Amino acid sequence: MAIAELTLPQTVSQPALPPAAMQVVYKRPEALSEAYTHYCPGCTHGIIHRLIAEVIDELGIRERTIAVAPVGCAVLAYEYFTVDAAEAAHGRAPAMATGIKRALPDRIVFTYQGDGDLASIGTNEIIHACARGELLTVIFVNNSLYGMTGGQMAPTTLPGQVTTSSPYGRDIRQQGWPLHITEMLAMMPGVAYAARRSTHAPAEIRKAKKAIELAFRAQIEGLGLGLVELLSSCPTNWGLNPMEALAFIRDQMVPVYPLGDFKVHEALAARP
Amino acid sequence: MAAKGTVVIDRNRCKGCELCVYHCPQHVLKLDETYNARGYRPVILDERTSQCTGCAVCAVVCPDVVFTVYRFPQPVRTAPVRAVVN
Amino acid sequence: MAKTLWKGNEALAEAALRAGVRVFFGYPITPQTELLEYMARRMPELGRVFLQAESELAAINMLYGAACTGTPAMTSSSSPGFSLMEEGLSYIAASEVPAVVVDIMRGGPGLGNIQPSQGDYFQVVKSAGHGDYHAMVLAPATVQEAVDLMYISFDLAFKYRHIVIILGDGTLGQMMEPVEMPPFKEVNGGESPAWALTGAAGRPHRVITSLYLSAERLEALNLRLQEKLARIKENEVRYDTYLVDDADYLLVAFGTVGRIAQSAVRQARAMGLKAGLFRPITLWPFPERELEALSARVRGILVVEMNAGQMLEDVQRVVKDRVPVHFLGRMGGIIPLPDDILPALQTLAGLVHGRNGRRARAVPA
Repeated sequence: MAIAELTLPQTVSQPALPPAAMQVVYKRPEALSEAYTHYCPGCTHGIIHRLIAEVIDELGIRERTIAVAPVGCAVLAYEYFTVDAAEAAHGRAPAMATGIKRALPDRIVFTYQGDGDLASIGTNEIIHACARGELLTVIFVNNSLYGMTGGQMAPTTLPGQVTTSSPYGRDIRQQGWPLHITEMLAMMPGVAYAARRSTHAPAEIRKAKKAIELAFRAQIEGLGLGLVELLSSCPTNWGLNPMEALAFIRDQMVPVYPLGDFKVHEALAARP
Repeated sequence: MAAKGTVVIDRNRCKGCELCVYHCPQHVLKLDETYNARGYRPVILDERTSQCTGCAVCAVVCPDVVFTVYRFPQPVRTAPVRAVVN
Repeated sequence: MAKTLWKGNEALAEAALRAGVRVFFGYPITPQTELLEYMARRMPELGRVFLQAESELAAINMLYGAACTGTPAMTSSSSPGFSLMEEGLSYIAASEVPAVVVDIMRGGPGLGNIQPSQGDYFQVVKSAGHGDYHAMVLAPATVQEAVDLMYISFDLAFKYRHIVIILGDGTLGQMMEPVEMPPFKEVNGGESPAWALTGAAGRPHRVITSLYLSAERLEALNLRLQEKLARIKENEVRYDTYLVDDADYLLVAFGTVGRIAQSAVRQARAMGLKAGLFRPITLWPFPERELEALSARVRGILVVEMNAGQMLEDVQRVVKDRVPVHFLGRMGGIIPLPDDILPALQTLAGLVHGRNGRRARAVPA
């Protein structure tokens, strides 16, 4: 082929058939805003936001959903969803969400939190929201470190993992073991659904979406708190390109953080 | 060559992360030589050697909702390189 | 309406219910726990929401969430708990959502003790959280006044989209006095405010945040807050005076110390000393103009507090060098009595008249 044929015009043209004749297989969810995200190229925050928006659309709850954004890379998450949203202090999203849900019990309230937010400064708030069985949905994005502030060690950092505040690699004797917070919370009667999924491959992403749907249904059906931990990438702070970062999740994180459902309320399990 | 589907790419949304390029089962995605308005080389559809099937794996892995994915009722003959929609 | 006997903490709670509060989040801490317990009993009776939080940190953040929905909400605590709430208060102030907070002060610093003090003046009045803002602070001296101030707190909070803090101490929280309770009413006419997060049904979605990454936009927010504070200063100053018209010496005190000072004024008058009392009710906005005007008419001022001199600094700032400003402070939970105040007043009077005609400097007692 001549080079000229490979060069694309900068202007636009429509695909071969008029759109009406084509079946739409995928389009932007309504619950996602038009804003360009600030996330790094390849960051799985974008995938997870999209999955949440798809679930909100499919469950038809956009107009009664209220989101609580964390402190972390997703601090601007409220710009990316077309639902009412509030910005919480670091770690306090479950408490803030409790305040919203108790004030307006018929709304669907979800928090979106990173591993520093939920498993470090916010452990008390998430534990007690679970203990109370708050009807909330918690999306827990675990990328093994503090992304926004430049890649420090987090309670979820892997043994031996080098971060800016564990420059010699996480030393278990000095800095302790990674927290398996989802397994811990799954034990609590107030938790109706607790699962860990991953974003490192299309098949995993599809399973992650199903888990997110179940976590929202736990709230909608009044069963208890729904929690989904999602193993996520941080290409920038891991110093890897996006594909290598997904491989890091698959090869390094999954062995430490096994995937699966840790708690499924029988009312959720009964459905397809 | 006949395509069973196609994608419309929102050129300025793309950050050139290449997750779609890597995961496309048909290998019909690649990065453009030129840059978009935000300084990234965006993805383009390149059906010289195989065709898009509208499987939507690209849309599944894309963090930036770059793709709208269509399937044709009948497979359609395509030109070697498809244009993109901004 | 007949008067009934009420414990301060419980009266505050009942008054909040009458004022239209719909959700309460709190945590046990002496000497305000009765407020929490009273809410635990009464809120379900009225079909409203009570929740004991896991900490004061959680309580203030729950309050923040509920406030974002436009629901009248409150919390209560004591000095160490208030310290924990300061982060949340700053977020609430920046987000311009209404909240009512009760602080029943105890001995400090640190764990301190459970006796009354006024040691939170700096913390509550000067800086209820990081950043440039002041909460409105109301300091009742009697249980009836506490009820009356609580009754208007939610209206004030919603009017200005701001924090209203009722600042009491352990004496006020624990004492029992006859009170006339006001009737039940609704805040904001029961209407959902135009800024509230309620779900984007048939309207564009709303966001409430305190994050403004652009310096220009954050300054614009701050200018808006300052303008709001100026309006509050202009319209919401409250204070009380007692026998100031012909007073030579002015006692300045707030809260329960104010009523003790009032007794001291009567005793001083009986001894021929023409004393009067100036009692700020709003500690923020502080009644500066009124105190300044009074200071021009007296020969000396004695500030009495249960701390090491906190409101004293505001008095000194307003009075400047006009007249000597003395201070009597007790700490650790010790309550100054009229018998303590009178000698200090006499010292002030003696120094001002002067043995050798030199003016005395303002001196902490």
